[in-house]
Amino acid sequence: MNKLIISAAVAASLASSAGAVSADEIKIGVFLGLTGPLESLVANMAPGAETAIAEVSASGKLLDGTTVQAVRADTTCIDAAAASAAMERLITVEKVAGVVGGDCSGVTTAALTNVAVPNGMVMVSPSATSPALSTVEDNGLFFRTAPSDARQGVVMSDIIMDRGFKEVALTYTNNDYGKGLADAFQAAFEEAGGTVTINTSHEDGKADYSAEVGALAAAGGEILVVAGYIDQGGKGMIQSSLDTGAFDTFVLPDGMVGTALPEAIGPDLNGSFGQAPGTDSAGAGMFNELAEGFDSTSPFAAESYDAAALILLAMQAAGSTDPQKYKDTVMDVANAPGEKIFPGELGKGLEILAGGGEIDYVGASNVELIGAGESAGNYREIEIKDEQLTTVGYR
Amino acid sequence: MELLNALALLSNYVLVPALAYGSQLALGALGVTLVFGILRFSNFAHGDTMAFGTMVTILFTWWFQSMGIHLGPLPTALLAMPFGILFCAAYVLATDRLVYRFYRSKRSDPVIYLIASVGVMFVTNGIVRFIIGPDDQNFADGERFIIKAGEFKKLTGLSEGVSIKLSQGITVITMFIVVALLFWFLNKTRSGKSMRAYSDNEDLALLSGINPDRVVAITWILAAALATIAGTLYGLDKSFKPFTYFQLLLPIFAAAIVGGLGNPLGAIAGGFVIAFSEIMITYAYKRVIAYLVPGDWVPDGLIQLLSTDYKFAVSFVILLLVLLVRPNGIFKGTGV
Repeated sequence: MNKLIISAAVAASLASSAGAVSADEIKIGVFLGLTGPLESLVANMAPGAETAIAEVSASGKLLDGTTVQAVRADTTCIDAAAASAAMERLITVEKVAGVVGGDCSGVTTAALTNVAVPNGMVMVSPSATSPALSTVEDNGLFFRTAPSDARQGVVMSDIIMDRGFKEVALTYTNNDYGKGLADAFQAAFEEAGGTVTINTSHEDGKADYSAEVGALAAAGGEILVVAGYIDQGGKGMIQSSLDTGAFDTFVLPDGMVGTALPEAIGPDLNGSFGQAPGTDSAGAGMFNELAEGFDSTSPFAAESYDAAALILLAMQAAGSTDPQKYKDTVMDVANAPGEKIFPGELGKGLEILAGGGEIDYVGASNVELIGAGESAGNYREIEIKDEQLTTVGYR
Repeated sequence: MELLNALALLSNYVLVPALAYGSQLALGALGVTLVFGILRFSNFAHGDTMAFGTMVTILFTWWFQSMGIHLGPLPTALLAMPFGILFCAAYVLATDRLVYRFYRSKRSDPVIYLIASVGVMFVTNGIVRFIIGPDDQNFADGERFIIKAGEFKKLTGLSEGVSIKLSQGITVITMFIVVALLFWFLNKTRSGKSMRAYSDNEDLALLSGINPDRVVAITWILAAALATIAGTLYGLDKSFKPFTYFQLLLPIFAAAIVGGLGNPLGAIAGGFVIAFSEIMITYAYKRVIAYLVPGDWVPDGLIQLLSTDYKFAVSFVILLLVLLVRPNGIFKGTGV
C-alpha cells in the first residue's frame, strides 16, 4: 500500500514537472552498449537518438501532442543474456512503444529473437551490420538504418577492382561481424573475377600475430584485406605483416577506419585504403548544426538520429503508437514518394503525415530502406596519405 | 639461389621469431623451475609476476621518456628494468611473508602451496589491471629493426627478405647474459651453493648451518628478476597486455616440465622446444617447398600441419607426450 502511494506521488510529481500537456506520454527505448567495447561510439550515438526524440516531443505535433521520453538501457555489446534482460525491462517495466537499438550484431540478434519478437516490439538498429540479420525471423519488426555488411563486401570489392588488384589475402576477426563481412566480400570479389588466396581468422587480444601472418604470406596475394578491429587484432596483423615484409598495402573496412591506426603504425601505412559508412548528403551538415554536446560525425551517430526519427514518423503515419500497427508504415515514411525530410524538419514531416500527405525521410544518413528493411548503404572511400585519413570519394 | 631463398623465407617466419620467443619462454621457465627446485611448489603466479615486473618497468620507462632520458637506438625500457626488478622483488618477498611463510612453517603439502599461488596469481592480476589497466600498453622506443626485409633483399639480391627486429636481437643476447650469470651464481658463489644444497636435501642443509630464510629470500629475488626480464623482453618484442601474460603461463610451464622441473638447463632447452614446435607446426610451408621443388610439383594447399588457432594446443600435446613417455622431463628433473 505504501509503495502504491509513493509511486503515485512520484508519478504525479513527474507529470506536473513535464508541464500542462494533457495528452499521452510515450517512452522510446535507447538500447545501446553504454558499457563494453562500443562505449566510446555509443557516447555519441545515444545523444544522437535522444536529439530526434526531444525534437519530436518539443514540436507537439506527434499524435495530437503526445510527448516522448527516452529511456536508456545497456546492451553491453557482448553479453547476450544481459542484453535480453535489459530488453525485457524496457518492454515489461518501462512499457516503451519502440526501441532504438541494439548496437552490436550478436546482442541485437539475441534481444530481437528472445524478447522483441515474442513481445511484438519494433527495433530499429543504427549499427548492427551482420548479413545474418537480413534473413532473421522478425515478423516485420526489425529495421536498421545501417547497411548490411553484404553491401559493404560489394563496395569493398568494387574499390579493390577499380584500383587494379586481382589477388588478395583476407583475414578477419573471429566473430559474427568479421566472419559475415569476410564471407560477403569473398563472394562479391570472386564473382567480379578476383581471387581470394586465403580466408582465415585471427583472434583478438593476442600479443603476437607472426604465425598468422606467416600463413597469409605463404598463401600470397598482392594486398591484405583486414576485416578486424582497429585497436585489437587488426592492428596487430598489420604491424606484424609490415615487420616481416609480408604485405605492404592493406584494405581497411569500417572496423579499421580511424585516425588511431595511422598514428599507431606510422608512414608504412601510406597507400592503404578502405571504406566506412558515410555520406556527403545535405542531411549530414544539417545534423551537425543540431548536435549539441556530442560529436555528430562519430560513426553511427547520424544513423542513431535517423533510427529514432523513423520510429516516431512511422507512428504518426499509422496514427498509433502500437508497434503492431506502425511496423507496416516504417518503409513508407523512409522511402519515396513524398516530400523529402531532413534533420531538424521532423515537425514538418509530422504535420504532412497528419494532413494525410506522404514523406520520404532522408535524414542525416541519406536513409533508403531496401529488402527486409535495412539501409541501402552509402560509403566513404578513404585512403591513407601522409599518415592522414583522407576521403577520396563516396560510393 | 633457390635454396638460399627457401632458407631466408624459413628464417624470416620460423627461425628468428622462434629464437626470440624461445628465449622469452626459457627465461620464464627458469623462474618457475627455480621456485620449484628450492621452494618445492609450482608457482602459478609466475605469469602475473612477470606482468607486475613489466608494469613497473613500463611506468619507469614512461617517466624516463617524459624527462627526456633515452638510450639512443636501444629501448629506454632496458634502463628502467633494474627498477622493475627492484619493485618486483619487493612484491614477491611481501607475498612470501604474507602467504607462503605461513605454509612453510606448517610444512604443508606442495598442493596447498600450489592453490595458494593460484590465489596470489588472481590478486597480482587484479593489482596489475588496477594500476595500469587491462589494455595494450606501448612502451617501445629507439630503433625498431636491426635489418628490414626490404634492406635485406637489396643487400643480398635474394627475392625473400629476412627482417630482424631490434627487440629480437636484444632478447637473445640478454637471455645468454642472464643464463651465464645465473649459472655462475648457482655454481660458483657461496649463496648459490647453499641454494643447491637446500634444494638437494633440506634437512641436511639445515644441519650444516645454512640459513633457510636467506635461501628462500634469494630464490624469490632471483625469480622476480627472471620474471621481470622475461616479461619486459616479451613486452618489447610483442606487446604488453596483462591478460596475455596470464596466458603465457601454459607454454612456460610446458617448457619447465618438458625440460625437467627443477633443472635450470632443462628449462632453457624446454623453452626452445616449445617455441620451435609451436611455430614450426603452425607454419604454412607452401612457398618454402615451391623454392625447393620443380615448378609443377608445387602443391595447391598451404602445407600447414595445424591452423594457427591451435598454437596453444601444441604446448598441451607436447606436455602430455613428455609426461607419458618421460615423466621427469628430457633432462632429469625432480618430477611432477
